[in-house]
Amino acid sequence: MPAPSTLQAEGLSLGYGDRRVVTDLTLEIPRGKVTVIVGPNACGKSTFLRGLARLLPPSAGAVLLDGKSIHAAPSREVALKLGILPQGPIAPDGITVTDLVSRGRHPHQGMFRRWTADDDNAVAAALSATGTLELAARGVDELSGGQRQRVWIAMALAQRTGILLLDEPTTYLDVTHQVEVLDLLVDLNEAEGATVVMVLHELNLAARYADHLIVMKSGAVVTAGEPSAVLTESVVEEVFSMRCRVVPDPVSRTPMIVPIGRHRSGDAR
Amino acid sequence: MPDTRVRRTAALSTGLVVSAAALAAAALLSLTVGAQHIPFGTVMDALFHPNPDNGQHLIITESRIPRTVVGLLAGAALGLAGAVIQAVTRNPLADPGILGVNAGAALFVVFGISVLGISSLTGYVWLGFAGAAVASVVVYTIGSLGRGGATPVKVALAGAAMSAALTSLTTAVLLTDVATFDQFRFWQVGSLAGRGMDIALQGLPFVAVGIVIALASTRSLNALALGDDVAASLGQNVATARVIAAIAVVLLCGTATAMAGPIGFVGLVVPHVARMITGPDHRWLLPYSMLFAPLLLLLADVLGRVIANPGEVQVGIVTAVIGAPIFVALARRKRLAEL
Repeated sequence: MPAPSTLQAEGLSLGYGDRRVVTDLTLEIPRGKVTVIVGPNACGKSTFLRGLARLLPPSAGAVLLDGKSIHAAPSREVALKLGILPQGPIAPDGITVTDLVSRGRHPHQGMFRRWTADDDNAVAAALSATGTLELAARGVDELSGGQRQRVWIAMALAQRTGILLLDEPTTYLDVTHQVEVLDLLVDLNEAEGATVVMVLHELNLAARYADHLIVMKSGAVVTAGEPSAVLTESVVEEVFSMRCRVVPDPVSRTPMIVPIGRHRSGDAR
Repeated sequence: MPDTRVRRTAALSTGLVVSAAALAAAALLSLTVGAQHIPFGTVMDALFHPNPDNGQHLIITESRIPRTVVGLLAGAALGLAGAVIQAVTRNPLADPGILGVNAGAALFVVFGISVLGISSLTGYVWLGFAGAAVASVVVYTIGSLGRGGATPVKVALAGAAMSAALTSLTTAVLLTDVATFDQFRFWQVGSLAGRGMDIALQGLPFVAVGIVIALASTRSLNALALGDDVAASLGQNVATARVIAAIAVVLLCGTATAMAGPIGFVGLVVPHVARMITGPDHRWLLPYSMLFAPLLLLLADVLGRVIANPGEVQVGIVTAVIGAPIFVALARRKRLAEL
């Protein structure tokens, strides 16, 4: 896997039509780290990720990959450095696990460049890294949600990019599979030094798995940094309009959010 | 894992060879069977040593060879176009008609007959081709308006709306013009009969270019099948891939429709049958569709000659009659692939 490229947003504004979703955002994604973006619904976090992945053209500013505008670079060149797994991807009916993962090799091939041993190795490595080797011959449509998500991640791994972006990779998964997927991404980060950037909903898992946490609200970054420094009671209250206690996670010692609601919240009310 | 890949490649390659052989047999059948029975030996003679003074040889060279060649070309074109259009629109019910191709071709032909007084089949071919091209460009342009560019759903909606509009115009002309209606209805049912070698030769270059473009885009179709976002993530330029595929479709089904009239069901059914054998990999799906479709078309044409002997039933009718039950059976037996 190549050393991860640098990825920056500079004065980045994104939107759909006239509607601005992300406004004038400037930040740098730490290389070789796990970055997690959190924020309330409709805060622009998925839009920001799509912008970083050049799936959405900026209305102003730029995304810089290795210092060069990602939208000016040839699509295939970008695809060798940066991969993205969107939310709820669709697999063609009847496709097998191996075939789907093999399609991750797309940017490494061309009209005249045929399938090689390199491609076979990349696919085999992606299957074993995600624990999907024994599913290789199965159809993707017969798999469980957790297995399917691991297969999609395997496809992104087979692309062998230094940067991997994921939009809510744990949605629709039960807690076991959420932890499994997040562990897998940290494996990838630690084994290959890959830069991982993902949007997550679950604050406590975000705080546990992130090296770098970006907190967004209304299309802007409220704060960013190490989870223990960033995730305070006042930040959560400001961003999510919800009172809470922040205590150390008894397992990982990272911040753990305990919400305070109108009912069943004891004396904290 | 590499082993299963090698084994599958071998099996699918063998299947292609078998299909090609079946297609060759169907072509011979199409040369042999007809209103007048001609012995197989005479057919071979006519093929390799044609004698213009021999009446039976003349039937072969002037009638059966051209209609067989047109069947091969139109069939291959429709099968490929169907597979490509289903991939690009990610719509399992898409067929070449979805881009407004048939409706556009029909309107131009009617216009040609009614206003320009054209009555030759060659004239219809060029009109049909122009109509198909214009209609698809308009449909694609309308489908690309607004946010998100040419999404599959918008193009399909634009195609359906445009088809309805064009068809109503065609009907309006036909209702008021009986003479045009009489000429038009022969073109409209879709037939391989009465097509001379000149029509086959005019269509050949367009079909050839369409085949090359379609087969060259199998890789990008595989990427598009994963959705626009994943395709873009894999380095595929989505808009370019769509436009190139659309050009192939216009060339292929524009030419097929122009040569043989609108033939239904082939472009819709054949890719589904092929997909059951090949799975969703377009590198195999396209070649299989390209062989299965002319096989179906030629057999339907032969059947049309046999059941109504000494007359014949037009191939467009036979394919629809055969195609509908096949499609229903497929849909019942196995869930059709949702793209």
